[in-house]
Amino acid sequence: MSVGERDPHSGYMTTGHEWNGIKELNTPVPRPVWLFLIASFLISVMMWVLLPAWPLGSTFTRGALGYNERAALDERVAVAASARASWMTPLETMSYEEARADSDLLMRVKQTGQTLFGDNCAACHGVEAKGGPGYPNLVDTAWLWGGDIDAISETLRVGINTEHPDTQYAQMPSLGRDGALDKKSILRVISYVQSLSNPAIAEEAPARVAEGNALFAENCSSCHGEDAKGIQELGAPNLADKAWIYGGDRASLYQTIQYGRNGHMPAWEGRLSEAERRLLAIYLLDLAESQPQ
Amino acid sequence: MGHLTQGERELALLTGALLLALGMLMMVMAWGDPLSVHGAMFGFSGAAVMAVTLRGMFAPAPDENRFASYYDAPSKAGIVIAMIWGVFAMFIGDWVAWLLVFPEMTFDAGWASFGRLRPVHTTGVIFGFGGNALIATSFHVVQRTCRTRLPDQFSPWFVLLGYNLFCLIAVSGYMLGVTQSKEYAEPEWYADIWLVIVWVAYFLLYMRTLARRNEPHIYVANWYFLAFILVVAILHIVNGLAVPVSAFSAKSYSAFSGVQDAMTQWWYGHNAVAFFLTAGFLGMMYYYLPMQAGRPIYSYRTSIVSFWGITFFYMWAGSHHLHYTALPFWVQTLGMSFSIMLLIPSWASAANALLTLNGAWDKVRTDATLRFMALAAIFYGLSTFEGSFMAIRPVNALSHYTDWTVGHVHAGALGWVALIVFGAFYAATPKLWKCERMYSPGLIEVHFWLALSGTLIYVFAMWNSGIIQGLMWRTYNDGGTLAYSFMDSVNAMYPYYIARAFGGLLFLLGAVVGLYNIVMTIRTAADTLSEAEDRPLGPILEPAE
Repeated sequence: MSVGERDPHSGYMTTGHEWNGIKELNTPVPRPVWLFLIASFLISVMMWVLLPAWPLGSTFTRGALGYNERAALDERVAVAASARASWMTPLETMSYEEARADSDLLMRVKQTGQTLFGDNCAACHGVEAKGGPGYPNLVDTAWLWGGDIDAISETLRVGINTEHPDTQYAQMPSLGRDGALDKKSILRVISYVQSLSNPAIAEEAPARVAEGNALFAENCSSCHGEDAKGIQELGAPNLADKAWIYGGDRASLYQTIQYGRNGHMPAWEGRLSEAERRLLAIYLLDLAESQPQ
Repeated sequence: MGHLTQGERELALLTGALLLALGMLMMVMAWGDPLSVHGAMFGFSGAAVMAVTLRGMFAPAPDENRFASYYDAPSKAGIVIAMIWGVFAMFIGDWVAWLLVFPEMTFDAGWASFGRLRPVHTTGVIFGFGGNALIATSFHVVQRTCRTRLPDQFSPWFVLLGYNLFCLIAVSGYMLGVTQSKEYAEPEWYADIWLVIVWVAYFLLYMRTLARRNEPHIYVANWYFLAFILVVAILHIVNGLAVPVSAFSAKSYSAFSGVQDAMTQWWYGHNAVAFFLTAGFLGMMYYYLPMQAGRPIYSYRTSIVSFWGITFFYMWAGSHHLHYTALPFWVQTLGMSFSIMLLIPSWASAANALLTLNGAWDKVRTDATLRFMALAAIFYGLSTFEGSFMAIRPVNALSHYTDWTVGHVHAGALGWVALIVFGAFYAATPKLWKCERMYSPGLIEVHFWLALSGTLIYVFAMWNSGIIQGLMWRTYNDGGTLAYSFMDSVNAMYPYYIARAFGGLLFLLGAVVGLYNIVMTIRTAADTLSEAEDRPLGPILEPAE
C-alpha cells in the first residue's frame, strides 16, 4: 500500500504515487460535479420520456408527448402559407395596373420580390437585375419574349431552351460556320446592324451598310423582322435598339453571327408558384419604371 | 542511424525497399491517374529511407547501455515537424480567410480554389500540427511517467515518418482534386490504408512501452493518450470503409450511403474532436501543466470520473451534427441528451486542471509557458460549454450552417488545442535539448499575447457573423415571406470576415515567433543540464496493489 503525504498548500493527502515528480491529491470529487452529473442525467431521462429517443429493434420509443417532427413542420408550413395566401393568391389574376394601384400590396411585392429575385435570379441577372454578358438586362425596355406581366411570368414558368414541355425555343444559327455567310458578308451585316442604333455609321460608309442591309433581308429578317426590330413570338431580339445581350461591339457581333447563340433560362415551375412568378414580373416591371431614363 | 541496432537497420532497409517497390508499381500501373503521383511520393520516400539507412548501415552499433537513458530523438524531430506544419497550415488557413474577403484571389487555378485549400488547412492543423504534437509529446510523456525507454529504435521513427508521409499524401491529394468528400476524413482509400498500418504500429509501440513500465501505476496522461490512439483507429477504420474503383485508381466509393453515411461520418467527425482533439491533448495537459506548475494534480478521483465520463458520453453525441435532417428524430434526441451530460465531465477536467494551479497562480502571472496551459484549460471549459449548448436542438436551429460553428471550432482549436501545444512545447523543448530555459522568455510572452488576441478577435468575429447570419435567415417580414436573400447575409459578413482574417494573421504570427524561438533554443542549446536527473529507473518497483 502506497502511503500518501499531506500537501502543505491544500491540506489534502496525496495518493502516494509519483510519476517523474508529479503527484496526485486524493481530493474527493467536488460535490457540484456529482450534483450536476445527476441533474444532467435527470434532464436526459425527461427528454427520453417525453420525446422519441431509444431504438427498439425495428421501431423506437415514441415519447409521452407524441411529438412528430414532420407533422409539426407540415402544420407550421401550412399555417404560414395560408397567412401569405391572403395577399398572394389575388396576384394570380391581378393585372399590373391593379397591383400598382394598391400601395400596400405593391410594398409587399417589392419586399418579397427583392428576396425572391436575390435567391433565384440574381446569380445570373445581378442583384440590380441589370444583367451582364450573356444575361439580359431586365430593367431596360427590351424584352425577348414579351414584356407584359403575362409574358414575363410565362417565361419564368417554362424557361428558354429547357426540358419543360412548353418551353420557349430560340436559337441564333451559326451563319458563318455553317457557310451561309462568308467573313466579308458578316462584316457588312455587322455594319448594317450597328448603323440601326448608331446612324453615324450609315453616313461614314453608306455602301457597306447598304450591302449589309441586302444581306440582312435575305438571311436574318425572317426571325429579326424586316425592320430588324425583332419578333417576340420567336424570341428574336430587337437589333435596332441599344440593348445587347452578348455585346454590340464588332468582335462580339462577329462571334454571334459566326458561331450562333443558344441561351438558356431555367424553367421555374415547380420551384416558384404562379403567384410568386407573377409577383416577380410585377417587381421587375416596377423596378424598370423606377430606373432613371 | 547510429541509434538503430543492426537488426533495426535491416528492418528499415526492408521497409524502404517495400515502399519503393509499391510506389513504383502504383506509379506505373496508375499512370495518368492522380494515384501515380502518390505512387511516386511513396516510392521517393522508400528510396530516401533506403539511402539514409545504407549510409549509416555500417556505423558503430548503438551503446549497449542505451536502456539507461530515454529515447528522445523522435520527440525532438516531432516537435520541429509539428511547428513547421503549424506555420504552414495556419498560413493556408489565413489565406482561405482572406479568400472569403477577396473571392477572386484564386488565379483561376483549381488548386487555389476554396474547396481544395480548406481541407489543406484543416488537415494541416489537425493532423499535421496537432497529430505530430501528440506523437512527439506522447513519446516524451510515456517514457517519463513509466520510467522506461521506448522498447526499440525503429518503430517510433516508423510511426512519426510514416504518419507525416500520410499527411503529405493527404494535403497534396486535395490540391490535385483527390478527396473522399468526408469532412476531416478526406484522404482516399490508399492513404487511409497506409494510416491504418502506421496507427497500429503506434498502438503496439505504446502498449509495449506501458508493459515495460517501472512504475506500479499508469499515470492518467497515458490513459488519455491510449484512448486517443485506440479510438482514433476504430473511427478511422469504420468511417474509411470504401470500395476503390480499381486497384490503380485514386477514386473510391464509401461503403455507406444516404443517412447511414451521414451518421457514420458524424460519429467519426464528432469523436475525432473527442479523441483526437480532446483526449490526446488532455493527456498532454495532465503531464505538462502539473510539471510546469510544480503542483500535484488537484484530484485523482476527479480524473477518473471525468476520463470515463468523457470516453463514454462522447461516443453517443455525434448525431447532434445532424439535427433537423433526414436522420430520425430519436437519434437526434439521444445525441442531444448525451451532449448535455457530456458537459459535466468536460468541466470537471477543466476544473481539475485549474484547481491544480492553486498554490501556483503567482507562476501563471510570471511564466508565459504555464499561462499558455492555464488559458488552454479555460478555453477548453468555454468551448465544451458552447458545444453542449449548440447541441440543444432549438439552439442548433439558429447556429447550424452559420459561422457560429466556425467560431466554436476555433475557440477549441486555437484556444484549447494550439495553446496547450505551445505550452507543452515551451515546457518540453528546454528539457529535451538539455538547457536551462527557452532561448527567449520574452518571445514566449510575445507569442502568448499574439495568440490570445488573435483567438479573441477570431472568435468574437465569428460569433457575431454567425448569429447575424442565423437571424437573417429566419427573419420574416409582415407579409410572411423572408426578409433577406441569402446574398444579403453574405454581404453582411464582410466586416467580420476581415476581422477574422486579421485575428488569424495575429495567431499565425505568434506561431512564427514560436517556431523561431524553438529553433533558436535548439541552435544555442549547449547540453548545460546533466542527464542524471532524467533517466529511467532500473528494476521494476512493486506491482500495483
